[in-house]
Amino acid sequence: MNKKIIPLTGDQAVAEAMRQIEPDVVAAYPITPQTEIVMTFSQFVADGRVKTEMIPVESEHSAMSACVGSAAAGARTMTATSANGLALMWEIVYIAASMRLPIVMPVVNRALSGPINIHCDHSDTMGARDSGWIQIYAESGREAYEHAILAVRIAEHSGINLPVMVCQDGFITSHSVEGVELFDDAAVKKFIGEYKPNMTTLLDVDNPVTYGPIDLQDFYFEHKRQQTEAMKNAIDIIPGIMNEFNKAFSRDLKIVEEYMMDDAEASIVVFSSTAGTAKFVVDSLRAKGVKAGLVRPCLFRPFPKEYIIKALSKVKIAAVLDRADSFSGCGGPVFSEIRSAMYEAKQKPELINYIFGLGGRDIFPNDIEAVYKDMSGILKTGKISNRVNYIGVRE
Amino acid sequence: MSAKGWKDIPIGGMIDKAGSAKEYKTGAWRAFKPVIDKKKCINCLQCWIYCPDSSIIVKDQKMEGFDYDHCKGCGICASICPAKCIKMEQEQA
Repeated sequence: MNKKIIPLTGDQAVAEAMRQIEPDVVAAYPITPQTEIVMTFSQFVADGRVKTEMIPVESEHSAMSACVGSAAAGARTMTATSANGLALMWEIVYIAASMRLPIVMPVVNRALSGPINIHCDHSDTMGARDSGWIQIYAESGREAYEHAILAVRIAEHSGINLPVMVCQDGFITSHSVEGVELFDDAAVKKFIGEYKPNMTTLLDVDNPVTYGPIDLQDFYFEHKRQQTEAMKNAIDIIPGIMNEFNKAFSRDLKIVEEYMMDDAEASIVVFSSTAGTAKFVVDSLRAKGVKAGLVRPCLFRPFPKEYIIKALSKVKIAAVLDRADSFSGCGGPVFSEIRSAMYEAKQKPELINYIFGLGGRDIFPNDIEAVYKDMSGILKTGKISNRVNYIGVRE
Repeated sequence: MSAKGWKDIPIGGMIDKAGSAKEYKTGAWRAFKPVIDKKKCINCLQCWIYCPDSSIIVKDQKMEGFDYDHCKGCGICASICPAKCIKMEQEQA
């Protein structure tokens, strides 16, 4: 395969993935910092580079509604959104998942208003964690490009049949230019294959079906149970699809990335682009002889429990960095779930939580270094002064 | 209705055939069921006109009884019956 590395923003990279996927339908509405994805893709449509039916709608609620209709009709469907756009889609987001429609939606993570803010945090997709969508988080624009291609296969697998959010950090990766290795168009087409819906579709006139009927006390629970099963299947099926991807494109995508974890004593757990900064810190600490490690989950839904237990059982202490606050007063959403998973582990590390980066507040290497320092202190003294801490907020 | 488990029904709440509404037996919703005293009935068929669930069975222009598979027990028939021959009786659990 020809290696073609070109300078692209994370948004443009995802738009390139959409061009190569060439979905039958894209219904979308612009919202910062996702705008560039749909804007770039619209250009591809206008230039005749893809045959996609582009539906420019008047709101995100309409975008997701059109996607549901399109996917139920049997078309390969994509959209993209951010923050308040996702919030406006809310009711239809749940409907898309419960109707088991394999829609792929790049989400560029951005803080939910208010006060109104356009920069990165994970409050938007963390809020949607119980909507029944699969969620994949990318560290870089390049990875977001790869996840978008991978997501098509995950969503459309007959054992899964669920919609997928492909998340990347707003502005931090969506608007930064990096070298992205684009795969061969034909290789991507070959990997995703032709779309064959797993369910009878609305346009199959020989087999008329009803989508979205009323579902009361007698069957609603069974349908929810099916959704749970699909998520359980997903955690078993995704590794196979990932391996196939890694083989086809000579890449190394992982469900949970472990960085310098073999002999680590203290580890940070963090999603998305912050992991890049944290790896830099781990390298510099390792040079000083500090046994620091890093765990970066790429999947949040389905929750990769066994992978997390395997990774964190190696360390004595771990700090979970949350780029969203759940306002429970007991820490962020990722912390709650990781702590819950570790409850079943035989080897339980001490766990602490840091909320950081809300509304795009920058996090620097020295902030992350301070977290490792806190962990060293706890290991020495055995004292935890605060279970939940904040990075970079003025007292 | 014979309630199937989650492994045996189509995913996503999809109904895989047309015209299946009749098979959805709403009779289970009832708290009270209409019972007719045919001796008093004058076959005016007002109940048939007013029934919102098409659950009055009519044969040869005569009121024959109720379709208890679909009657939701709303009591409209009992309330409009000019002969007062329909009583609403509590369903036995």
